[in-house]
Amino acid sequence: MNIVVCIKQVPDSAAVLKVNEAGKVSWGDAPLIVNPWDDYAVEEALLIKEKHGGKVTAITVGPESAKDALKDPLAKGADAAVLLSDAAFAKLDSLGLATVLAAAVKKVGEVDMVLFGQSSIDAQTGMTASAVARKLGCVPLTFVAKIRAIDPAARAITAERLLEEGKQVVTTRLPAAVSVIKDINQPRYASFMGIRKASKATIPMWSASDLGVDAGAFVPRVDWSRTYAPPPREGACEMITGDSPQAIAAALANKIMAEKIL
Amino acid sequence: MSNDILVWVEQFKGQAASASWEAIGLARTLAEGLGGQVVACVLGQGIGALAEEAIAYGADQVVLCDDATVEDFRPEPYLALLSKFVKEQAPAAVLMAASARGRDLGGALAAEVSAGIIADCTAFRLEGDKFVATRPIYAGKLLSDVTATAQPVVVTIRSRAFPKPEPNASRTGQVTNVAPVLGEDVIATKVQEWVTEEGKVNLADAKIIVSGGRGVGGPDGFKPIRDLAVVLGAAVGASRAAVDAGWIPYAHQVGQTGKTVSPDMYIACGISGAIQHQAGMRTAKIIVAINKDSEAPIYKLARYGVVGDLFQVVPALTEEMKQRLGK
Repeated sequence: MNIVVCIKQVPDSAAVLKVNEAGKVSWGDAPLIVNPWDDYAVEEALLIKEKHGGKVTAITVGPESAKDALKDPLAKGADAAVLLSDAAFAKLDSLGLATVLAAAVKKVGEVDMVLFGQSSIDAQTGMTASAVARKLGCVPLTFVAKIRAIDPAARAITAERLLEEGKQVVTTRLPAAVSVIKDINQPRYASFMGIRKASKATIPMWSASDLGVDAGAFVPRVDWSRTYAPPPREGACEMITGDSPQAIAAALANKIMAEKIL
Repeated sequence: MSNDILVWVEQFKGQAASASWEAIGLARTLAEGLGGQVVACVLGQGIGALAEEAIAYGADQVVLCDDATVEDFRPEPYLALLSKFVKEQAPAAVLMAASARGRDLGGALAAEVSAGIIADCTAFRLEGDKFVATRPIYAGKLLSDVTATAQPVVVTIRSRAFPKPEPNASRTGQVTNVAPVLGEDVIATKVQEWVTEEGKVNLADAKIIVSGGRGVGGPDGFKPIRDLAVVLGAAVGASRAAVDAGWIPYAHQVGQTGKTVSPDMYIACGISGAIQHQAGMRTAKIIVAINKDSEAPIYKLARYGVVGDLFQVVPALTEEMKQRLGK
C-alpha cells in the first residue's frame, strides 16, 4: 500500500487568537502544532502500512517553517515527507488547495490511498478530502470511523462512515481519498529515537512548477480577507442560589420556563 | 450564469434534513434579491413527496431523481447528478447543509465544476450582486466574512443558523423528473449496512443539549444527565475530557475537536468550559452552567449559573421540570 497522508500546521487549540489592524490573525506565543485531527490520519496510515506493507509519505502545504509539522509523522514512522511550498500558494482557496494536493499525490505516483483528518481546526471546511478525491478521479470516503478491511489485491476497501443518522458501512475501490474521525484509532507518541531521526531528515520541497500546476489554478474564487473577533456574549451570569437542591432546581426551572424555549 | 440558486435537499429514508429547508429559506431570500429562481434538487427512492415539500418551503422548481441507485447517499451517483444540474442550469450558488454528506458532496462538486467553496456559513447576504457569507473559523474563536469573487460558489450552511421557513402548501412549482446519470454497474461504492446504535446523536439539530464533563466522574455519572435530557427532549453532549476518559462515545463530543452546536439551550453539567469546549457551544442562545467550582470559565458564557453538586442539582431539576412539563 502506497499511502499519502495530508497534514496541516495550525495554531494550538488552546491558543487565544487576535486580529490585528491589518486584519491578520495572530496567536501570541502559542505553539504551532499538527492539526489534531491529522494525528489520526497519520496513525491510520502507519497501521495500514504495518499490516499490509508499503510506504507512507506525509505532505503539507505551507512556508518553510511548516517542515516542523512534517517531522512529527516522520518521527512516528512515516517513510518520507514533502513540503509543498511556493509564493503562489500563499493565497490558496479550498479549490486551489485541492488542486495542489492532488498534483502532489500524482507526483508521488501509484498511490493506493490518500488520508486526511476530518477537517482542520483553523479553516474548518471538512471539504478538502472529497475535493482532492475528485481532482484525482478517485472515490471520496469521508468521515471514516473504522476501516473494516482493505484488500490490496482486489483493490477494495470496506469502512464505516459516521453520518448524522449513524454509521454507513460501504465498500469501494482503491485508490480512495479517506478522511478519518477521532473514533478510528489512538495516535501513538513519537519515540525518542524517532524524533532524533526526524530532526536529521531532509525534507524535499516541491514548487508549483515541480507540480506542473499552472498559476491560473491559484486565482482564488473567494476572498476571505475580512476576519474579526465575534461580538462578546451579552449580560453577566445570573447565579441561582437556594437552601437546598430542590430550592435551586425550582428557581432555575422558573428561569428556564420564562425563556419560553420548551 | 443564471441568477438561480440550486439547493440540494438532503434526505435519509425519505426524511429531509432540517438544514435543507433552512437552505431553501436562505435561497428564497437570495433568489428574490437577484431576480432568479430557487431550484431544489431531490435525490432518493420513493421520495416524490419531498418535491412537494420543497415547493411548500419555497422552491420554484424541483429536479427530482427517484431511482434505486440514489436511494442511499453515495458520492458517485450524487455527484454525477448534481454536477449535471450545475452545468445545465448554471446557478449563481449551490447551497447544502454543512452535514457529513454535504461536505462530502460539496467538496467533490466544487472540484468537478471549478467552483469556490464557502463552508459552514452562519450568515449570508448580498452586497450588490456579490455573495458575502459569515463563517466561524478556529472553531468560532473568530469570524470570517467571505466574498464570492466567481460563480458558481458551493456553500454549506450550518444547521440552525438560518430560520426554517413556514411551509406553505398552496405554493406551486414545477417538478421535473430526471433519470440517473450513472448505472449501478459503474458505481464502485456499495452500501453494505447501517450501524445506528451509537450514531443516533444528532447534536447539530438539537434544540436543547444537556452536556456532561469531567465532573460527572465516570460512565455512570451520565445517568442524571440522560434523565434530564429525556424530560427536556434534549440530546446528550459531552466535553472532550469525558469522551477521552471513555465514559461516552465520541459522537457526543462538543467542542473544537467535536461537534459545533448552537441549540436554544445548552445545560453544561460538570464542565469547566475550557476554551476548546467553548468553541463548540458558544453560539447557544441560553447557556446554563452547573458546576462545583465557582471560578470555572463556563460562568463567563452562561446566562444562569449554579454552584453546587451536579449529582444533587441535576436530579432535582429533572424532578422539577417533569412536574412543570406535566410528564
